[in-house]
Amino acid sequence: MAKITLSKLRHSYYPNPEKPDDYALKEIDLDWEDGGAYALLGPSGCGKSTLLNIISGLLDPSEGRILFDDQDVTHLPPDQRNIAQVFQFPVIYDTMTVFNNLAFPLRNRGVDEVTVKARVAEIAQMLELGDMLHTRAAGLSPDNKQKISMGRGLVRKDVNVVMFDEPLTVIDPHLKWKLRSKLKELHQKVRATMIYVTHDQTEALTFADQVVVMNDGEIVQIGTPVELFERPAHTFVGHFIGSPGMNVLPCDVSQGSAFFNGHMIPLEGNITKSKTGKTEIGIRPEHISLGDHGLKAVICKVSDVGRHNVVEAMIGDTAIKVVVNGAVPAQGEAIHLSFDPAKTRLYRDGWIATQAKGATP
Amino acid sequence: MKTQYQKAWFFVLPVLLLVAFNALIPMMTVVNYSVQETFGNNLFFWEGLGWFEKLLHSERFHAALGRQFLFTGLILAIEVPLGIIIALSMPRSGFWVPVCLVTMALPMLIPWNVVGAMWNIFTLPDIGLLGYLMNTTLGIDYDMTQNPFAAWATIITMDVWHWTSLVVLLSYAGLVSIPDAYYQAAKIDGASSWAVFRYIQLPKMKQVLTIAILLRFMDSFNIYTEVFVLTGGGPGNSTTLLSIDLVKIALGQFDLGPAAAMSLIYFAITLLVSWLFYTLMTKDDT
Repeated sequence: MAKITLSKLRHSYYPNPEKPDDYALKEIDLDWEDGGAYALLGPSGCGKSTLLNIISGLLDPSEGRILFDDQDVTHLPPDQRNIAQVFQFPVIYDTMTVFNNLAFPLRNRGVDEVTVKARVAEIAQMLELGDMLHTRAAGLSPDNKQKISMGRGLVRKDVNVVMFDEPLTVIDPHLKWKLRSKLKELHQKVRATMIYVTHDQTEALTFADQVVVMNDGEIVQIGTPVELFERPAHTFVGHFIGSPGMNVLPCDVSQGSAFFNGHMIPLEGNITKSKTGKTEIGIRPEHISLGDHGLKAVICKVSDVGRHNVVEAMIGDTAIKVVVNGAVPAQGEAIHLSFDPAKTRLYRDGWIATQAKGATP
Repeated sequence: MKTQYQKAWFFVLPVLLLVAFNALIPMMTVVNYSVQETFGNNLFFWEGLGWFEKLLHSERFHAALGRQFLFTGLILAIEVPLGIIIALSMPRSGFWVPVCLVTMALPMLIPWNVVGAMWNIFTLPDIGLLGYLMNTTLGIDYDMTQNPFAAWATIITMDVWHWTSLVVLLSYAGLVSIPDAYYQAAKIDGASSWAVFRYIQLPKMKQVLTIAILLRFMDSFNIYTEVFVLTGGGPGNSTTLLSIDLVKIALGQFDLGPAAAMSLIYFAITLLVSWLFYTLMTKDDT
């Protein structure tokens, strides 16, 4: 068990990186608290697997350091870091039984057979693999194979961190949910730090206490699922999390107020002082209501997504999505939209540029 | 239940005909010869299973069969491990991959009789490059035309040179199909490089290796041209493998009956060993 510190971590797959774009990871500074359940969320190619492989030691970072508690492990090989990693496609040793698969990491480290037996039995019971211990692992279903690769990580005592690299990719949809809650349960039992890499927001938000959102080799926001939803620090987070994502509307700023399409839009707080940049208003579809007053708009599309309707309205040439519970207007109808000021924020060059409600300027 | 679709037979018929003309009918002529004695002029006398009985008790046949198994055993024992070692040490990506692959494939592209002739000329003690160098420069007494041991060393080396590539290419194909995650997981599990080979690479290569060994067994067990061109079965009978002996009986002595009986036994052994091997290797595949 350990706290993991990433300090000024950069990585490039090129031998001589020059431009910032040459880096797959651009300066990561991050602490993973001991025993936390983290999700690393981001689109494909954002660097999350690179980051994971650096923590596990499969990749040597170009710059920066990794600390487990206070020990520098930057250049230690994976087997000396006492970590576990579960891969996208289940990795099992085909010719071995389930028991031998689980015992493999222990036997490689010269643990005596009595301890091996006890540990394997304990882990198998935890993962509900007990009754298949003596069958060959090759013939099992993907979810059981994935449990075995998890078990090979957990079987070692005091594993520092268990990392999951999109572990549910090959699992049948109806088993995904089951395995996901198993993971959550496991985390509560073993209390090891767990890092779960995914591009699926549902998986990330249900598994993790803290979600780290990455984009383009950078960390854009770290927070609880609620924080990410309620107050995205970057338009990318607003857009990536939520279904549909946050509306991002072009706007002008003058004299401390934001104007969209000529109308002044009240914001959650004061606009932070900064040099000029591209400014946008961000508001989630859930925080807009249809009413008798507000911005004039025309309905162009209504889609029923089950729990509610998603209405797409046009103001000028800008499309705005609104989540509507209850009666929906017809297509082509003219309506008024009002934004909840407490949930309306200004973003400058993508980053949040309003002060939170109640914050002192 | 009553069969309702007699029409299905028409669809099987083309295959049936093909197999008949391709395999069954030629083979039946051999069966026909094997139970009769002939002195030419199209005169045949019934012999029953006499040829088979005689052959199975013939020392000449036992000796040739023994040499055949020795040859096949030796080349498999060399080519399979060597092929795996070469495949393991070949690069998995980059500029050298196609270079290695093409270099490996080259020997296999050379026709059998050319291989035999090449090695014959190469190893002749008086004019061959290798033969001459061994005798004069290195001072090793090497003459594959006189010394049975030298002759054996030469045919084994020739086959290893000609066919190890097949094992290499098939093993390599098996190796490159292993996803990186397996090696990464093994690193995290603290596996030694022997354990990686034993529990990841070898199991993943098992299927292609089965095919490679099967092909090498059948080809080497039936080998004729290369050895015939290189040594002609000599010195003495020391490299007279089963196929060479068979041709001697059939075409040299024109004993069609015994030769036919020998062909059938030869075929049965090849088939039996191949079947046994394949069944054993694939029995726990799921």
